[in-house]
Amino acid sequence: MMNVGIVSYGAYIPRYRIKLENIAAVWGADGQSFINGLQVKEKSVPDLDEDTVTIAVEAARSAIKKQNIDPSRIGAIYTGSESHPYAVKPTSTIIAAAVGAEPVLTAADFEFACKAGTAAIQTCMGMAGSGMIDLGLAIGADVSQGAPGDALEYTAAAGGAAYIIGTSDLVAVIEDTYSFTTDTPDFWRREGMPYPEHGGRFTGEPGYFKHVTSAANGLMEKIGTKPSDYDHAVFHQPNGKFPQNAAKMLGFTMDQIKTGLVVPMLGNTYSGSCMIGLAAILDEAKAGERIFMTAFGSGAGSDAFSITVTDKIEEIRNKAPTVKQLLENPIYLDYATYAKHKNKIKV
Amino acid sequence: MTVSRFWRKIPHRYNLIGTHCTTCNEYYFPPRQMCPNCRRDGNIESHKFEGNGEVVTYTVIHSAAKGFEMQTPYNLAIIKLDEGASLTAQVICHRDEMRIGMRVHSVFRKLGEESEKGMIYYGTKFVPD
Amino acid sequence: MRDVAIIGASYTKFGELWDRSLRDLIVEAGVAAIGDSHIQGEEIDSIYVGNMSGGRFVEQEHVGSLIADYVGLARELHVPATRVEAACASGGLALRQAILAVASGYDDIVVAAGVEKMTDVDMNTATDALAAAADREWEGINGATFPGLYAMIARLHMHKYGTTSEQLAEVSVKNHFNGSMNPRAQFQNKITVDTVLNSVMVADPLHVFDCSPITDGAAAVVVASADIAKKYTDTPIYVKATAQASGTISLHDRVDITTLDASVVAGQRAFKMAGMTTDDIDLLEVHDCFTIAEICAIEDLGFFKKGDGGRATAAGETALGGNIPVNTSGGLKACGHPVGATGIKQAVEITEQLRGTAGGRQVDGANVGMTHNVGGSGGTAAVHIFSRDR
Repeated sequence: MMNVGIVSYGAYIPRYRIKLENIAAVWGADGQSFINGLQVKEKSVPDLDEDTVTIAVEAARSAIKKQNIDPSRIGAIYTGSESHPYAVKPTSTIIAAAVGAEPVLTAADFEFACKAGTAAIQTCMGMAGSGMIDLGLAIGADVSQGAPGDALEYTAAAGGAAYIIGTSDLVAVIEDTYSFTTDTPDFWRREGMPYPEHGGRFTGEPGYFKHVTSAANGLMEKIGTKPSDYDHAVFHQPNGKFPQNAAKMLGFTMDQIKTGLVVPMLGNTYSGSCMIGLAAILDEAKAGERIFMTAFGSGAGSDAFSITVTDKIEEIRNKAPTVKQLLENPIYLDYATYAKHKNKIKV
Repeated sequence: MTVSRFWRKIPHRYNLIGTHCTTCNEYYFPPRQMCPNCRRDGNIESHKFEGNGEVVTYTVIHSAAKGFEMQTPYNLAIIKLDEGASLTAQVICHRDEMRIGMRVHSVFRKLGEESEKGMIYYGTKFVPD
Repeated sequence: MRDVAIIGASYTKFGELWDRSLRDLIVEAGVAAIGDSHIQGEEIDSIYVGNMSGGRFVEQEHVGSLIADYVGLARELHVPATRVEAACASGGLALRQAILAVASGYDDIVVAAGVEKMTDVDMNTATDALAAAADREWEGINGATFPGLYAMIARLHMHKYGTTSEQLAEVSVKNHFNGSMNPRAQFQNKITVDTVLNSVMVADPLHVFDCSPITDGAAAVVVASADIAKKYTDTPIYVKATAQASGTISLHDRVDITTLDASVVAGQRAFKMAGMTTDDIDLLEVHDCFTIAEICAIEDLGFFKKGDGGRATAAGETALGGNIPVNTSGGLKACGHPVGATGIKQAVEITEQLRGTAGGRQVDGANVGMTHNVGGSGGTAAVHIFSRDR
């Protein structure tokens, strides 16, 4: 495949947070045990006027700003989310208008639970790598919903990241990608239903771990690498425990995953999860360093990527907010205000 | 607001695209096709504003306009963009932070929606620098 | 241009008038004004009626025809009737159109009326209908309300000139005091500065008591050529000036947000037409849709320096017994603000004052009065000057 990779990237995280202990208090649960069990302390909450579209736009604009990209070069926009505000009418066309990429481009919205954004990256890789387009914009963004009182409520968060994929002026080369996909109903949401359903413990081994390890091992075998070849690794982060366990199972160390492990302060941003983790790594990675990313989406599938940072990474430092900066200065909400922000109160 | 009325002004609302009269060099946002200084002698071109400006005056609205009840109370301000044009927009911050002269920059947010079934209106608001 | 005079004037009770419809109100005001003028219906050459939003409030447009018909002037007499709209200045503009029709020589006797029926919709809908007086595309869509726009004027006025919330409140206190002597006023209760400051905040810094209410009501005046006025009345009230000016529709495009240039220019045009200055005016009816609006009005019309309106009000200079009484009717705040009717009601108040029939509200020796009517946040202003002398 032609040399293809990341030309620029950007992330966006809303400023509001709620602490897990505040959620637990409402439901009469033991907050500390949830914090320990999930290894998450707090999660992000969208503002009343934010949604997947606004988050995606801010992330995309951030990516464009970092490299001063001419938006007319963008030939494709794909936004992956499980909380697109319209069931029919693509988020991606609104983004096209908001970044000035209209009208000569193709666009569509993706859905694959938490890995819709990485699926978009793979699509853009193919389109750019084959010469079909000059640049592709792949976004993963969500304002995910957890049913009140359900386990998922503790981690369902809001955020997104955007990647501009191309074949030249790369800040990171994507050497290869490998996916493992099966029909595994570990977590789903029916059309019209406000909250998702999940299979409880079934989401672990047959879901997350089977697919993540299969895709990760499959990629390393295909390209002949091993965990110690990488400086950083990032796995889908539905909570703090799963990516740490996956790392152990595959032979990655805690040191390798620590930069990309954003979930303790952020929660699970679903389609944004891996992609924000990767952005956190790119914010700090040095030229020549290698990154291993494996996303997971329920339903189920995993996309694994082997990435090498180029020396161009220094050029785009600090031209737009880093993940660290986006995590700073949070505004904490109580449960009632959080419920209002998440439209859990029916008016 | 109807579909076509909103759609017509999408680039202007999303991207702060206004106009500029090259005859007298005045910048206009919201966009004006007729320069009040030059009228038919004016030469109007499109102009994309940077989105940086300062708060000229503001209020905190406690009795919301129709459709804005959930956000109440919200900050409404007149912001003078650096290029010279002034516009009305919401400023997202705690009401105690609002100051005349405060520097702000633009962000992309939801302005509202027609109804639960209807169109969602996106546009530009401002946050403190 | 011929001289014009008011020969008849009246307005209905202003308030929440549940059993009165739009047409009930206008018939009542029209018939009373025509009766007061001692003319016969057949003598009416045309009608101008100010009405901001029959459509949004009672789903009724074509208000000119409706009114001509229901006051009995359509089916047999076919009197021309024109609805005039300029948001809250609809009445002032209808008055001006009537005056111009007579002044031009085209008509001899014209009725200028105004009506608004606002309480048939819920408060939210009423407020939204009023917001159409602002720039819908660029102010409304961001959640701007009328109190919000005037609150921004107040905030800047306070920042630039040191005007205080207490001074704003004094406008409301004064107007309620005046309204307590006006049996047609919506509110007849006297209030204090604390009443205002303790009332709920609507749009910082304006409280509920800084804002004029939602009101039903109608008003009408009969204007005639001055040459024939004495046939009908012993006290014709002469129109010394009629002036109108437009300003930017949106507040953000205003050159100075604390100055409504439309008011300034309309005022200047009026003084020029009448050959008068502020010294010649004995009393004012100004557009106090919000307390800050009255303060800006008395500054913009030239009665006080820009920034001095708050101090002057608090010092009692615009009180009933002050140097220049303002809003003896109770203003929009206490008398009420049925949008289309206000501009005409102001003319009725001046008429009663100049005739000496204002009862407890009478300003001694009132000879010359001025009315000031504004649309939106200053997109339109209409200013009139009336005198006992021709």
